[in-house]
Amino acid sequence: MKKMKLFVPVLLFLFVMASCQSSNKSKESTEAGSTKKVALTAAGATFPMPFYNMVFKNYTSETGTLLTYGGIGSGGGIRSLTDKVVDFGATDAYLSDDKLAEMPGEVVHIPTCMGAVVIAYNLPGVDGLKLSDVLLEKIFLGEITKWNDPALKANNPGLALPDKDITVVYRSDGSGTTYIFSDFMSKISQKWADNLGTGKSLNWPAGIGAKGNPGVAGTISATEGTIGYIGSEYSFAMSIQTAKVQNSAGNYIDPSIESISASAQGELPADTRIMLTNSDDPESYPISGFTWIILYKEQAYDGRTPEQAKATVEFLNWLISADAQAVAPKVHYAPLPAKAVETAKQILKSVTYEGKPILK
Amino acid sequence: MVNSEKITKIVLISVSLLIIVIAGGMVFSLFGGAIPSFKEFGLKFIVSNNWNPTEGKENYGALPFITGTLLTSVLALIIALPLSFSTSLFLGEYYRNKRISKIIGTMVDLLAGIPSIVYGLWGFYVLRPFLVSLGAPNQGFGVFTASIILAIMIIPYATSLSNEIIAMVPSDLKEAAYSLGATRLEVVLNVTVPAARSGVVAGYILAFGRALGETMAVTMLIGNSNLVPKGLFATGNSMASLIANQFGEADGLKLSSLIAIGLILFILTGIINAIGKFIIKKME
Repeated sequence: MKKMKLFVPVLLFLFVMASCQSSNKSKESTEAGSTKKVALTAAGATFPMPFYNMVFKNYTSETGTLLTYGGIGSGGGIRSLTDKVVDFGATDAYLSDDKLAEMPGEVVHIPTCMGAVVIAYNLPGVDGLKLSDVLLEKIFLGEITKWNDPALKANNPGLALPDKDITVVYRSDGSGTTYIFSDFMSKISQKWADNLGTGKSLNWPAGIGAKGNPGVAGTISATEGTIGYIGSEYSFAMSIQTAKVQNSAGNYIDPSIESISASAQGELPADTRIMLTNSDDPESYPISGFTWIILYKEQAYDGRTPEQAKATVEFLNWLISADAQAVAPKVHYAPLPAKAVETAKQILKSVTYEGKPILK
Repeated sequence: MVNSEKITKIVLISVSLLIIVIAGGMVFSLFGGAIPSFKEFGLKFIVSNNWNPTEGKENYGALPFITGTLLTSVLALIIALPLSFSTSLFLGEYYRNKRISKIIGTMVDLLAGIPSIVYGLWGFYVLRPFLVSLGAPNQGFGVFTASIILAIMIIPYATSLSNEIIAMVPSDLKEAAYSLGATRLEVVLNVTVPAARSGVVAGYILAFGRALGETMAVTMLIGNSNLVPKGLFATGNSMASLIANQFGEADGLKLSSLIAIGLILFILTGIINAIGKFIIKKME
């Protein structure tokens, strides 16, 4: 009984303490807000995350604008923007016309850098594997199941391919990386287009799934005989072998900053919504793509302040500038080609606050 | 005096009600979220084995994941059963209150405290290569590997409960049996186990429930292929693991289908618990 009597006041005391503390906290944060430090929130693709992590930090230390980025996947980035819980989203797959029409406001795409999806594999002693269209199709559809398959051997004379099972590793979660890879596969293989198609997640006929780019990279690096597709930075960081992929000119190309850049030599639409896979350029790495930041064209929504809108656009303008783009090669992404920067600038100039352009 | 009684009562009642409200709210939102999927696919959702998230070809069926979850959990229970039953007899009967049983008991309880991601890591880097060296296909990924890890994870749940119940069997009963000339094994089989069986079964149901919902360790080892497993060594996927993998990018019909799978898992767990309660009641 005595214990009970004590128990209740103690409980009440704890409650009061807890509520005091939380009200203190909220006071502090409003005070911080009034000192003109704008905080921007963004979320989306994991593919460009190594690049974003680096440039976002640089920008915060230069300007004091606080930036947070959540790597929750391209689909999550689009949904967060739809729900208006972020200042801008990030995605590796551009929004389709249908999807654009569904959004609660007009959305614009700003390309931020280019990256490659590499074909990573784990076969100790077998470097420089060359994969043609047909081989890629048959391996990822589970039709070639041995590393010493005659077709693989014929394409790679001089490589000592072992008598081992091929295990395909794919993304078990929805992903922009899968989207870029399957877009390329659909272009080079009719069978792929008919059976699997292009999408952020697919109905895989063979292989095993792992979560996220880090998950696939980890599984490949830990398991001999595996092959899969990952964002290039993940293979460089974990020094996993990558295959040379045949492009549309018939050349076998290593993923590199030059060969990724080469894939964006063609024309660019005014809204930058284009997949760069299977480029015509003879020097291009064929599984390359832009990654985008998406935001609303009219920034005055949900009580956003002019300061917030201005900070958003200014940051994006900096992100496509030479300063920020110079960081991209350090983490194995290719900087935007000049005409993409020009187009992106035009798009940013069209972003408004209450109908007035923000950027002069 | 009266006042503090009243306050205590009110606090306790409102906290208990809050829990009911939270549980009810979860069921409500699960139902609400699952409606579009059930509208689109109807009951076929439960029996269809096609999970195709590609835009334009969207089609969702839960069968691969229901079978994956049940298969891994049942297999885990079968593997765990002899191990944990022997351990609990050892701890609760044969070596009760001895130093060795205290050490082993602590170790078993320690197993329960290990986070599932650590089990997953161990399975991924140690158990899986070991199974591959024994000739397991698919690089060691699959239902069997996931079940072994699950079995190890649920052993402490089954063991510690049944161990306590076995230790609590009144010594009068056992001494009576001894006085009639029964051997130790006869006492265990005819007196101790029957007297403790409802508690022992409760322990296994608790363990089974834990296996049904386990996510992280399973997703690291089962292979995550969205197909009905073709055998014990084939790859597959479980309900919890599918949800963890795919909710991040999901929207529309896919999101609704994932929520529907969450609802099925919820109902399944409820059914298992109900069956368990029924068995325990029957035994008493």
